[in-house]
Order: sequence, then structure tokens, then C-alpha cells
Amino acid sequence: MAAIYSLYIINKSGGLIFYKDYGSAGRMDTNDSLRVASLWHSMHAISQQLSPTTGCSGIELLEADTFDLHCFQSLTGTKFFVVCEPGTQHMESLLKVIYELYTDYVLKNPFYEMEMPIRCELFDINLSQAVQKDRVAMLGR
Amino acid sequence: MIGVGKIKQYSNVLDKPLSKGKQEVSLSAFAFLFSELVQYNQTQVDNIAELERRLEDAGYAVGARVLELLCHRDKGNRRETRLLGILSFVHSTVWKVLFGKVADSLEKGTEHEDEYMISEKELLVNRFISIPKDMGTFNCGAFVAGIVRGVLDSAGFPAVVTAHFVPVEGQQRPRTTILIKFAEEVLRREARLG
Repeated sequence: MAAIYSLYIINKSGGLIFYKDYGSAGRMDTNDSLRVASLWHSMHAISQQLSPTTGCSGIELLEADTFDLHCFQSLTGTKFFVVCEPGTQHMESLLKVIYELYTDYVLKNPFYEMEMPIRCELFDINLSQAVQKDRVAMLGR
Repeated sequence: MIGVGKIKQYSNVLDKPLSKGKQEVSLSAFAFLFSELVQYNQTQVDNIAELERRLEDAGYAVGARVLELLCHRDKGNRRETRLLGILSFVHSTVWKVLFGKVADSLEKGTEHEDEYMISEKELLVNRFISIPKDMGTFNCGAFVAGIVRGVLDSAGFPAVVTAHFVPVEGQQRPRTTILIKFAEEVLRREARLG
């Protein structure tokens, strides 16, 4: 049972740089995942303008019937968002862990070009471990 | 004046004792600096062999200085003159000072008399680096190979040092081996010393 359906990372201009799906529920083909990424980027930007309070930093949580979408935006504008089962707990901390993995294994990699799709073996390995650990911890709760 | 009488004032900066230095350095800071070093060299070269050579040369400068520093600071101005001595010096003291731990293993090559290998599960410099598939067998550990070559060369043991990935069964990531091939004269001198 996978609580997480998929993970997206988008760069500051809204381009999809990383996409991973866990299980068949969230699976999308390449074009659809690109569309979701740019759609979310636009919605996130619009929400900052629409907010009735000043200093809004964008949508953090979207709750729908069949899924939840948790989003984390770094200080540089890179957005990490995860589509998961409704009511999944502790997604914010998972997103923070993924952000740390991103800063470690992607940004410190001399062969990674900024804003380009992520193709780092170490990032993939550590990401799977983090998601697996989260899954195990969730089963334990 | 504040401080007078508390610390011995040295009139000449050369008389000041050599400090132990900061024992700990931020790993992230080093990783970013090293990443920038690799990226800078990548822009200057046309092929991978050149890049490896440049990283090795950068390490060579570090190695030469590290030898002088450690001989003075930790070894009481004594330097190893025997082969096994200098190898264990590199394997333990140099590794401890540079990477915070001794190297995983030191082995003698089985095929050739003049080959020795220092192995490490994962080199500190490679901790955050994923080599893209199209770069083949390139290893940023060439920097560390350069450091070892610098130490050995300045100590009077000329050698050819290279870094290789060695796949290990059961492990996803390959092990790194620093292969040291000593020059003829070193072996002849070793044999003479008995």
C-alpha cells in the first residue's frame, strides 16, 4: 500500500526537472507529467497574487476527494510537491528530507547543470531509501 | 594594552609555533568548493583524460604541502625512508588528517611487485558526486590520487598513482581503489636497504 502516488520537482521557471511515481495510482506519461508541473507552477504563482493576506508564499496543501497534494517551495523558487492518498500524515517533513537530499546529491554534483532535469544516481538511491523509511514508519504508526 | 602579559608576544612571525589548525571543516563547504574545481577544469579541457590529469595535478600540490606539514607537526621532523613506512604513513596519518579516518585497507598487488593499493568504500571527495553514464570510468578520486602522488614524490618515492572504481558484489556502489605503481629506482633502493 503506497501512501505516496508521485513526486515532482520543478525549477523556478516551472519546468519539470524530476518526476517519480510510486505505484500505478499516480502514474502519468511524460506529457501529462509536464502538463501537471506547469499547471501547478502557474496555480502556485496565481495564488500568491490572489491571497487576501499580504506576504503569502503560495499553496502548501491541496485537498481533493481522491488525493492530497503537498507542496514545499525553497527560498530559491524550486518547488517540491508530492501527490498522495487523502489524509497522509507527515508529508511536510518528508518534503524537507527530500529537499535536503536535493541540496546534497544534486547541487553538490559538479556534473549537474542548474535548472536541468536531474540525472543523479546518488539522488535516486537516497530518495528511494527515504521514501521507503517513511513508508515503514507510517506502517508502524 | 589589552592582552599584554597573558599571551607571549612573538616579534617575528616565524618564531610563532605552528598551530594545530582547525580540526573540523564544513563538509558542505568543501563539497561545493571541490564541485566548483571540477566544473572549472571541465571548461578548460576537451576530453576526460585531460580532466583527470588536471585534477591529479591539483592534488599533487596539496600532497607536497601536506607531507611537509605533517612531518613537522606530527612526526617531529622525521620522514619515512622505507617503502612500507611511507605507505602506512599515507594510509593512516595522511588519511586521518585529510579525511578524518584511516583508509579502509592497504594491500600489496598480487600480479606485480611494484603495485600497492589503498582502498576505500567511498572517498570523501566522491560522497555527493554521481558520474554521468557518458563519462565512462572517470573518477573524481583522481584528485586524491594526485595527493598521494604528491606525498610519495616529495618523500623520494616516485610513483604513478591512479584512482579506479572496483565493483563489489552485493553493493550497489563500487569501491574506490588508489593504485600505486612505484618506479624502478624505488624498488632497487628498497632491495639494497634490505
